[in-house]
Amino acid sequence: MTIQQTAPPPIDHEDCLVIRDLTVAYGRKVVLNGVQADIRKGQVVGIVGPNGGGKSTLLKAILGMAPVISGTVMLFGKPIDKMRSRVAYVPQREVVDWDFPVTVMDVTLMGRYPKASWIRRTNAHDRDVARDMLSKVDMLDYANTQIGQLSGGQQQRVFIARALAQEADVLLLDEPMNGIDATTQEIIMGVIEEQRIAGKIVLLATHDLVSASCACDCLCCVNERMVSYGPLAETYTPANLAETYGGPVIMLGRADASDELPHTHHHPGEHAHHTHEHENLGIEHK
Amino acid sequence: MPGLHYITDPMQYEFMRRALIEVILMGAVTGAIGTYVVLRGLSFIGDALSHAIFPGVVIAFLIGAGIFWGALLFGILTSASIAVVATNRRVKEDSAIGVLFAGSFALGIVLISSSRNFTRDLASFLFGNVLGVTNNDIVLSAIAGVIVIVIVVLLYKELLITSFDRAAAQAMGLPVFWLDLLLLILISLTIVVSLRAVGNILVVAMLVTPAATARLLTDRLPVMMAMSAAIGVMSGIAGLYISYWNDVAAGGTIVLVATALFGLVWLFAPQHGYLTTRLLRRRLATDLAETRVVFESPEIQLPGPH
Repeated sequence: MTIQQTAPPPIDHEDCLVIRDLTVAYGRKVVLNGVQADIRKGQVVGIVGPNGGGKSTLLKAILGMAPVISGTVMLFGKPIDKMRSRVAYVPQREVVDWDFPVTVMDVTLMGRYPKASWIRRTNAHDRDVARDMLSKVDMLDYANTQIGQLSGGQQQRVFIARALAQEADVLLLDEPMNGIDATTQEIIMGVIEEQRIAGKIVLLATHDLVSASCACDCLCCVNERMVSYGPLAETYTPANLAETYGGPVIMLGRADASDELPHTHHHPGEHAHHTHEHENLGIEHK
Repeated sequence: MPGLHYITDPMQYEFMRRALIEVILMGAVTGAIGTYVVLRGLSFIGDALSHAIFPGVVIAFLIGAGIFWGALLFGILTSASIAVVATNRRVKEDSAIGVLFAGSFALGIVLISSSRNFTRDLASFLFGNVLGVTNNDIVLSAIAGVIVIVIVVLLYKELLITSFDRAAAQAMGLPVFWLDLLLLILISLTIVVSLRAVGNILVVAMLVTPAATARLLTDRLPVMMAMSAAIGVMSGIAGLYISYWNDVAAGGTIVLVATALFGLVWLFAPQHGYLTTRLLRRRLATDLAETRVVFESPEIQLPGPH
């Protein structure tokens, strides 16, 4: 028996990361309020907002690692708790003890842990995948190096390789562009693009508006509450960003920039302005 | 072979043979689990656990039950309270633990002061009495040791990622709270195993010193664990013999050997040793100075201004 659908739903939630009314509070302090988003496969969403505005908290809440007091997160129609292994998470580099006696390979293999059940060891296939991912971020030569001996950018690339090794459907990146070199930034941008093409969902928490505008399809602007969520054309606007950051965001460049949309790669043929503006936003981007 | 009697003589005594087995077991288990104590910065918690176990030992002793079980019960209780306290961000964890363990240690002392052989009993609990080890003690130590090692090996990847990157472990859905609690219980079990050999006060040295020594020698976790266990065993054996021939306390001597090994490695470790790094730095400086001469020499041949 088949049921004829009269009208298809606007968005198929079976294909989405759906966030509904997500509210997070530490003790009695609400740190993030009312997050709503439907994120489809192949979408890259930038989470932007001021420091302490709840960017990292949002990622943690999605993973069930922050005290969620209301709201739901569903992935492909199922509660996120049941889908943990399909979500890869790159925490901020600072949370890890880099003196720990593990090699680059050991760390990358951790991405395979969700695939192996308790007690079981990682196997040859896991090591193959880990090697592939390391070469993708150009770190294979360092496979046997202790992680503390790497530069910040290299450490970040290993974290990215670990997340990729998980072969997840959702990639959560927490400030991956913090304090890294140009090569690493390029590699991370490349990885994000590749994930988009492969139909994965990427959430990128960043305070770097320029990389957000380059890499993302949508922005989720947060400042203790969700200020806005939508395609770049609607959200990457001076008015919206001003509301997010609680004051006018200075977008220098041209005298009349304040009432113009900032340019992104979604506006072809404006390359000159593109670079120009990025320089003037005072954020390094190569 | 001359000098061999130094090794064989003590072994003619049953109590020395038992002591030897006991310190080998103790050295291996404390060394292995000590790796996590060192890497996760749990030295203080290890110390606290060993003190908190004390009243359990005393109560079991006074009511005539097995010391092992009293210690284990208190170890698990304390582990659980530490794990729960640690989940509350508002409580300064180290103060809370400090209060708990000093309090429970005091309880142990008050309880044992009611015993008729107060001083002797207290000393044997606090500083161990490896020469008084019974066969029953050895069996319990062996069982506990095997349990600890098997769990550490089986849960290698879970314990590794929880220790290295807690956030990622949580994100993967691992029950980090229970893994933390498990680790604390394993540490407690190890402490209980070591009470006979080194006693309550010094057990923390066996948890920390061999592992800290091994960390200076390797950058690989499995290697560190094996080395740490080996150093623990070596310290145990050497300490036992030295104490026998010099007629001094075994527990203290074992810890002193471990401390001496740490000192040697700290000075001379191939990569991280204090003297080694200084030597390497000086050699590098000399090399650089020589290279500079090479760079400068063509300059000398440059025609000067006329």
